[in-house]
Amino acid sequence: MASTSPSRVPIEAAAGINVTGEEALDWFRKMSLIRRFEERAEEAYGQGRIGGFLHLYIGEEAVAVGAMAALRPEDDVITHYRDHGYVLARGIEPKRVMAELYGKAAGLSKGKGGSMHMADVGRHLWGGYAIVGGHIPLAAGLALANQYRNLPQVVACFFGEGATNTGAFYAGLNLAAVWKLPLVAIVENNRYGMGTAFERVSAVGEVHRKASAFDIPGIRIDGNDVLAVRDAVRRMANRSRTGGGPQLIEAMTYRFRGHSMGDPQRYRTKEEVEEAKSRDPIARWRRTVQENDLATEDELRKIGDEIDSEVEEAVRFAENGPAPDPGELYNDVLVAE
Amino acid sequence: MSLKTYRDAIREALREEMLRDERVLILGEEVGVWGGTYAVTRGFYGEFGDKRILDTPIAEDAIVGTAVGAAMGGLRPVAELMTINFSLVAMDQIVNNAAKIHAMFGSQARVPLVIRTPAGWGQLAATHSQSFEAWFAHVPGLIVVMPSTPYDAKGLLKTAIRSDNPVMFIEHARLYGVKGEVPDGEYTVPIGVSDIKRPGRDVTIVSYSRMVHVALGAADELAKTGIECEVIDLRTLRPLDMAPVYESVEKTHRALIVEEDWTTCGMGAEIAARISRDRFDSLDVPVERMGQVEVPMPYAKNLEDLMFPDEKAVAQKVMEMAA
Repeated sequence: MASTSPSRVPIEAAAGINVTGEEALDWFRKMSLIRRFEERAEEAYGQGRIGGFLHLYIGEEAVAVGAMAALRPEDDVITHYRDHGYVLARGIEPKRVMAELYGKAAGLSKGKGGSMHMADVGRHLWGGYAIVGGHIPLAAGLALANQYRNLPQVVACFFGEGATNTGAFYAGLNLAAVWKLPLVAIVENNRYGMGTAFERVSAVGEVHRKASAFDIPGIRIDGNDVLAVRDAVRRMANRSRTGGGPQLIEAMTYRFRGHSMGDPQRYRTKEEVEEAKSRDPIARWRRTVQENDLATEDELRKIGDEIDSEVEEAVRFAENGPAPDPGELYNDVLVAE
Repeated sequence: MSLKTYRDAIREALREEMLRDERVLILGEEVGVWGGTYAVTRGFYGEFGDKRILDTPIAEDAIVGTAVGAAMGGLRPVAELMTINFSLVAMDQIVNNAAKIHAMFGSQARVPLVIRTPAGWGQLAATHSQSFEAWFAHVPGLIVVMPSTPYDAKGLLKTAIRSDNPVMFIEHARLYGVKGEVPDGEYTVPIGVSDIKRPGRDVTIVSYSRMVHVALGAADELAKTGIECEVIDLRTLRPLDMAPVYESVEKTHRALIVEEDWTTCGMGAEIAARISRDRFDSLDVPVERMGQVEVPMPYAKNLEDLMFPDEKAVAQKVMEMAA
């Protein structure tokens, strides 16, 4: 399985439409929710209601939704800082995510994390991390704890292709491979680390080939095909769960928005972005659903309406919720003992 | 009570906590088959096996990062960094992950982690002879412990392993062979409590780790001349327990800090600032600091010998302050 050949490996296609109508609608719903949620967050950012950085996931929704569909609820997830999509894909209430963006007390991380640090540990979401590559060793550690405690869950670690040039990527995955840890590394290759094209700064331009550094399986998939993602993550997670050690998946995708707010995007052309939008994962899934009669047009439209009101409710909740109490400033630094 | 080395005291603490709690495991370079670079974990690999004693590659970011993740996942790892110099490779994991995870996710996760690492020197030149305790003590979210005696080392390490917070447990390579009284039974030493190692009325010497012994040696010499020093061992550098220091300064009106790090932005700078702010009226002379000469450590023995204040230099400084 390990792709050690320097030749270009074809993108793995989804193996037929092995999906129920219920799943098809759920994925459409979740991808649309992430999209709509972030469009509203972008608006709120423009109005100065959200501060700091806001890294939008728009265009990459199929990766989070496909992966979460493949993972079990008790599987551990740890991510990079472009993290709104993962928490929404796992079913966290949008209002708690929006409240976190607004820096409100009811936010997912009590208003202390913000956009880049979304966590819900009760649901095995171990958080978004904002030092590129820095959470990869943490993923290995979580997997070590699962292995040590004989727990059946795998750890899914998400990061961008840019992280694969860091020392932490090599140090973390090496240990994971040496100890045969139950870990699936899911690399979202959106082609740019901030504004620098990956091939300009990476000696190896195909991330899946870097798996050979650890002698672990590495595959490249179409990250804009939610079904292909689901199938690949399911396959690799099962292999890892049953003693196969860490696995690496390179999901090819594209970020429709800038790196963060206020990115002039001089590093790519409008034409390139428009061309990428023709492979929009949501529109594409919608077509697949329709072509395969997995849902009716009415059902799809109804989902769109429901999402609109759910996101509006999330915004209202975030707008009206209280900011953290000033006394909270000194809490959470150390565990009281 | 029996006389034990600092090394054996630390080894006992590790072994007792390994036996007491299945969740405790040790990972680091040469901790297993080799038995520990400073022989602290000798015999553990045979006793506990490779599930609980994990030899790692020479990759400190992976050692600490993996330990942080394992701690989040319910274990109580003790990560060993061969020397504190190598902690720089793991700095992102220590500062951005270990110290932040509890706070930035609003108390959802905790990191019950101990990072053991020795400071020290001995003709090891510029990159292997450094004192970085102040770097860690600077960071909210970390606990920093730096014991000077076998008794404190064992008791503090046991407390550190049982703590739900990340603890930098800084040992000293030149103390491993030092002997001291250690109780035969179970005991712990609390984190964040300074200890008066020698009572005295004339000058307060604040110190920690190896320099406590230098201060005590100087105090013995000074006692012969009628100057009685009070030597306070901070033991924990974050959080700092200043109460015994303040009480002492109220009595002696003089404070000297003896540390092994560079004094610029070192531990002594913080302690001096606190004494000056909180006991300004008690002071008869300015707070003084003695530490490492501010150059990268040279290799040559005669030059290295000039790097740290010795008992004689400390005694001289105290005499100047007491005059």
